[in-house]
Amino acid sequence: ETRTLAKYGGRNTVTLMTGDGVGPELLSHVQEIFRFAGAPIDFEVVEINASTNTPEDMENALLSVRRNGVALKGNIETKFDDPSFKSMNVALRTQLGLFASIVKCKSIPGVNTRHNDVDCILIRENTEGEYRQLEHESVSGVVESLKIITAKKSEKIARFAFDYAVEHNRKKVTAIHKANIMKLGDGLFLESCRKISKEYPDIEFNDLIIDNASMQMVSRPSQFDVLCMPNLYGNILSNIGAGLVGGSGVAAGSNIGDDFALFESGTRNSGRTLKGKNIANPTGYLLAGCDMLQYLGHNKHAEMIRDSVMTVLSNKEIRTPDLGGSATTLDVVKAIIDDVKPKTLAWKSISEHDAYYQ
Amino acid sequence: DNPSRHYSSQNRLVTMIPGDGIGPEISVAVKQIFSAAGVPIDWEDVDVTPVKGPDGMFRLPPKIFESMERTKVGLKGPLATPIGKGHQSLNLALRKAFSLYANVRPCKSIEGYETPYKNVDIVTIRENTEGEYSGIEHVIVDGVVQSIKLITENASMRVAEYAFKYARDNQRNTVTAVHKANIMRMSDGLFLKCCRDVAAKNKDIKFSEMYLDTVCLNLVQDPGSFDVLVMPNLYGDILSDLCAGLIGGLGVTPSGNIGEEGALFESVHGTAPDIAGQNKANPTALLLSAVMMLRYMELTSFADRIETAAFSVIREGQHLTGDLGGQSTCSAFTDEICRKVQAS
Ligand SMILES: Nc1ncnc2c1ncn2[C@@H]1O[C@H](COP(=O)(O)OP(=O)(O)OP(=O)(O)O)[C@@H](O)[C@H]1O
Ligand SMILES: Nc1ncnc2c1ncn2[C@@H]1O[C@H](COP(=O)(O)OP(=O)(O)OP(=O)(O)O)[C@@H](O)[C@H]1O
Ligand SMILES: [Mg+2]
Ligand SMILES: [Mg+2]
Repeated sequence: ETRTLAKYGGRNTVTLMTGDGVGPELLSHVQEIFRFAGAPIDFEVVEINASTNTPEDMENALLSVRRNGVALKGNIETKFDDPSFKSMNVALRTQLGLFASIVKCKSIPGVNTRHNDVDCILIRENTEGEYRQLEHESVSGVVESLKIITAKKSEKIARFAFDYAVEHNRKKVTAIHKANIMKLGDGLFLESCRKISKEYPDIEFNDLIIDNASMQMVSRPSQFDVLCMPNLYGNILSNIGAGLVGGSGVAAGSNIGDDFALFESGTRNSGRTLKGKNIANPTGYLLAGCDMLQYLGHNKHAEMIRDSVMTVLSNKEIRTPDLGGSATTLDVVKAIIDDVKPKTLAWKSISEHDAYYQ
Repeated sequence: DNPSRHYSSQNRLVTMIPGDGIGPEISVAVKQIFSAAGVPIDWEDVDVTPVKGPDGMFRLPPKIFESMERTKVGLKGPLATPIGKGHQSLNLALRKAFSLYANVRPCKSIEGYETPYKNVDIVTIRENTEGEYSGIEHVIVDGVVQSIKLITENASMRVAEYAFKYARDNQRNTVTAVHKANIMRMSDGLFLKCCRDVAAKNKDIKFSEMYLDTVCLNLVQDPGSFDVLVMPNLYGDILSDLCAGLIGGLGVTPSGNIGEEGALFESVHGTAPDIAGQNKANPTALLLSAVMMLRYMELTSFADRIETAAFSVIREGQHLTGDLGGQSTCSAFTDEICRKVQAS
């Protein structure tokens, strides 16, 4: 089965799932900036969050993504005190077959952090492992939780990581695991990565256990290039990585499947405490939006918006509190729009000019 | 006053496993510093090289169990990963024999050994008997493996109770439970519930709970905001190494394994075969583990004196080993600490 994304007059329709916390406000800023940039995207807004928790809400959201092929999403909170409530974020990823998660962690010029030489890509198996949510209480007070590792998914994510490395001129793929303890499960993951690595002789391959990897990540992050790992280790390392380059507010995440793609914040948290305060950093969601544009082939718009986001980010005067500044979300959004506007004008006049001479 | 002139009958006996590689050098260093401080303990050295039994299987020598049975307290250097299979891992065997259920690792920024992270003062307390390390795994069908993570109320209560006791005994303010109950609702949910129950009985210590991922994110951004962390096995394995990374690595991080029948303190770095026998090793991790041991044995004033001396030698920076950026030898570093201890 192949899917072609509906495109009308060169425009794509994209599902926008609002989520909880700062999701709704930041995603509305993304829409606004896309509008100023003339990005050829129409958003189909789907209100989905922890309180729209019926099977119909989920079906609607899934239907919309299946129709549009692509989504931009805020994080949906999981109420862990209510055992009947299952993570909707996980349900979306598994039902849409989004087997790969990508978080890029790259030091941002002008944003000073403890390490300024981070440039790694975290590729994470996104649908199985510890996130299968297969649990039972065997006897009272004893709970078993199953982690599932399959050769099929492990090879698939490994291949994805190596292909990514080839396409993006990366040199090395490192498999992250705990095969010394989980000899069968993580052993299978490692074996699968090893097997696939043989098909990519030009990409260096090595492996590292997750505890050591976490220590290395905080002390010498520059050693990492592309990392490939099972679900939970990806959760850990992508949060460490995002922390190293500036935090939740600047990290973007992509979820890729054979048929669909979903873009969200890199650390997948909702920023509940920042909601409605006009202080959240919009950068992460904007970069996720740029990744989405690129995925859809709108490279020019992706580059233009990304460039403006980075320009504003390098200006110490216009920073939100998470980066040590005192600017509001709106200050940042306005600065980005001011930076985008002249570009689109110039752009328009060039394309009109081109049209005139054709 | 010669501090070594203690009557050995009054001294408490401690099992010492010097270990492999740099193990013997750094254990000698610790012993030297202990005798300079006049610590009232005697060491019982045991060799843990596996011995071949009549059935052809390799086993740990019984002496180690006999000794720990008597002393209830041990100090251990690094052990080489056994080559080939066929005998149990020492850590596993000791953990089982003495119900060592909690692994404790204090990570405190060391003055004079700068890292990009300042003011780190975190203690990780890791449940050490179950969780992802239950060792139960099955191949369901070819290419599909199921690994079982086991969380029990008993083990969770026990480690949570220890975390609060540790916090109180060591003048700490807050215990934070680290979990992933949004995904592992029942297993981590049970762990979290136990922590909450124990917190309710220990109102003098503040309690908070945090997602594993949020902890990772905030640890690298604002490590100074964390105090005592308590968590299931795998998260503890990962976060204890991460925290060690914040203060400069395993070469300076102490560790203790607390049990119902005794306790074992150890350096968690490897055997460093590349520098073994060359008088280049840094004994700090083993020494700080020994200091933890003294506190556990309520020999607090000795612990304080030795710790202060070690930290001041590092702060002064005149006698550092290679891993800390200096050019000194293990013995010169050790002698300097001895001098400081004797002067104090
Ligand atoms: N867009 C953003 N801009 C700035 N900081 C952010 C943003 N999103 C999240 N953060 C910060 O990242 C950290 C983690 O976020 P969040 O509060 O969602 O995590 P959490 O502990 O999982 O909370 P919750 O229970 O609300 O999900 C917080 O310090 C939050 O302030
Ligand atoms: N106490 C120490 N003092 C000085 N250097 C150390 C110390 N411990 C480790 N190192 C250094 O850190 C590096 C890592 O060595 P370590 O022995 O920890 O791991 P390893 O090589 O994997 O050994 P093992 O297999 O025994 O764990 C070595 O190159 C060594 O020089
Ligand atoms: Mg959250
Ligand atoms: Mg470890």
